[in-house]
Amino acid sequence: MSTQVTKVSPASLASAPHSGPGPIERILDSLPWWALPATVVTVLGLFGLYSIWTAFLTGGINQSGSYLSPFYSPTIWSTGPVSPALWVLGSPLLFRATCYYYRKAYYRSFFWDPPSCAVGELRHRKYRGETAFPLFLNNLHRFLFYLVLIVTGFLWYDVYLAFWAPDGHVQLGLGTGIMLVNVILLSGYTFGCHSWRHLVGGGLDCYSKSRLGQARYRAWQWVTVLNQRHPLWAWCSMFSVVITDVYIHLLRAGIVIDPHIVF
Amino acid sequence: MAVVDQPKPSVDAPIEDVLTASGLTGETLTLRVLKGVPGGDTAEVAYQVPVVAGMVILDAVHYVQHNLDTDLACRWNCKAAKCGSCSAEVNGHPVLMCKTRVDDLPAGPVTVHPLKSFPLIKDLVTDVSRNYEVNREIPPFTAAPDDGTPWRIPQQDIDRLYEFRKCIECFLCQDVCHILRSHDYSDRFYGPRFFVRVASLEMHPKDVLDRRDQTRDQGGLGYCNITKCCTEVCPEHIHITDNAIIPLKERVADVHWDPVRFVGRKLFGRNAD
Repeated sequence: MSTQVTKVSPASLASAPHSGPGPIERILDSLPWWALPATVVTVLGLFGLYSIWTAFLTGGINQSGSYLSPFYSPTIWSTGPVSPALWVLGSPLLFRATCYYYRKAYYRSFFWDPPSCAVGELRHRKYRGETAFPLFLNNLHRFLFYLVLIVTGFLWYDVYLAFWAPDGHVQLGLGTGIMLVNVILLSGYTFGCHSWRHLVGGGLDCYSKSRLGQARYRAWQWVTVLNQRHPLWAWCSMFSVVITDVYIHLLRAGIVIDPHIVF
Repeated sequence: MAVVDQPKPSVDAPIEDVLTASGLTGETLTLRVLKGVPGGDTAEVAYQVPVVAGMVILDAVHYVQHNLDTDLACRWNCKAAKCGSCSAEVNGHPVLMCKTRVDDLPAGPVTVHPLKSFPLIKDLVTDVSRNYEVNREIPPFTAAPDDGTPWRIPQQDIDRLYEFRKCIECFLCQDVCHILRSHDYSDRFYGPRFFVRVASLEMHPKDVLDRRDQTRDQGGLGYCNITKCCTEVCPEHIHITDNAIIPLKERVADVHWDPVRFVGRKLFGRNAD
């Protein structure tokens, strides 16, 4: 039996093809350290201002035909003196505020703790992190998850209602599609939550000997798939909420007409 | 911080065989290395290094050591990104020098500094012994005394622990963590590497100790604000924050932040966890 030997010189190894960082990575690497925090502050700030405007300053419930804005769902106490959005916005906003991904985003961008990796901090006060009030309340994330679970259920119900035209026929409109995409993105964000990942199975040490261990292991694997893209779900679902709300505002104002098919 | 000129070559020997054999690109790299000892002056020294195709920063540092400045101190061992010895800060980013290619860096001078979070010994060498002291504070793997061997552990019970086993203890995560780096809480905060170790023990199906309170109290888990810099610098791509620190925070929340479990424990005892 003969063995073929290929001689490889150090020079040929050294000059072997090397892809290095891709074009996107190179662009991101070339950005100054403050670019990301500044973007996050701008986008989250605008989202906050838009939320206040649509929830409290537009008057009435943002609803057009079968389409209900996610800012107003579920609609409770619609006849009260304050906007009904007040009663439903709390849990989704606090859910996002205590979310492990958004914590990273705002600790870096708003608190500059730190603004970026290996960058010095501007404030030199005593650091307490999440060991003291108010930031230790972030540990309550899992309870807000339970509340958001209920809200997400209502949003799915709203999508179901959006398939029904006011005259009782089934309809398929652009608004239906926007609402469906929105609730899918919101569900992807909600069910990729780190707390849910822990509750569903991550907290177990031994799947093989736990009650419902196999099912919880499978569930943990599925949630992990969603969790790996948690930041993407977070941003996309935030934008989709705004897009859905804007579209319904435009319908209400008569600026656009919903293209749809009635069956 | 002063930048001084490159010293005269202290060795007349030709360029290292491997580097000069071929592959020279004809370019020259300006390497600015922080030199100094504790209590003395520290200054960036600029060296001119001929660039070879595929060169990594550790190659350039070795070139300097062999040809320009034999006094330069640098810790290294495997040059294969597996021993975790050659950690340094290249252009301000904590990296392994042996894994950082020169052609991946932006054009211009390249700075090489020692790890900022650890006491300096000399030049690029720092004292990382504090990490080993922290490691000793963590109770080791402990199986139940009546858990006879040999163990048969299903794959699904052990799968997620493999990721933690990849840690090469380069301590880049410890270096970049702002709680150690900027706030100097090394006396009250374990740091990412050791949260990975605690997580690997806590999630082990055969380990019976409960380290949650210790991790919260002595380990300072609550100081971590999840900014994920540790994950970003890990050369082994361990998802330190998502797979170790956040699960530990959730396990601590099970004990201290979960009224449902609290009621369960009161009604049904410890097993309610």
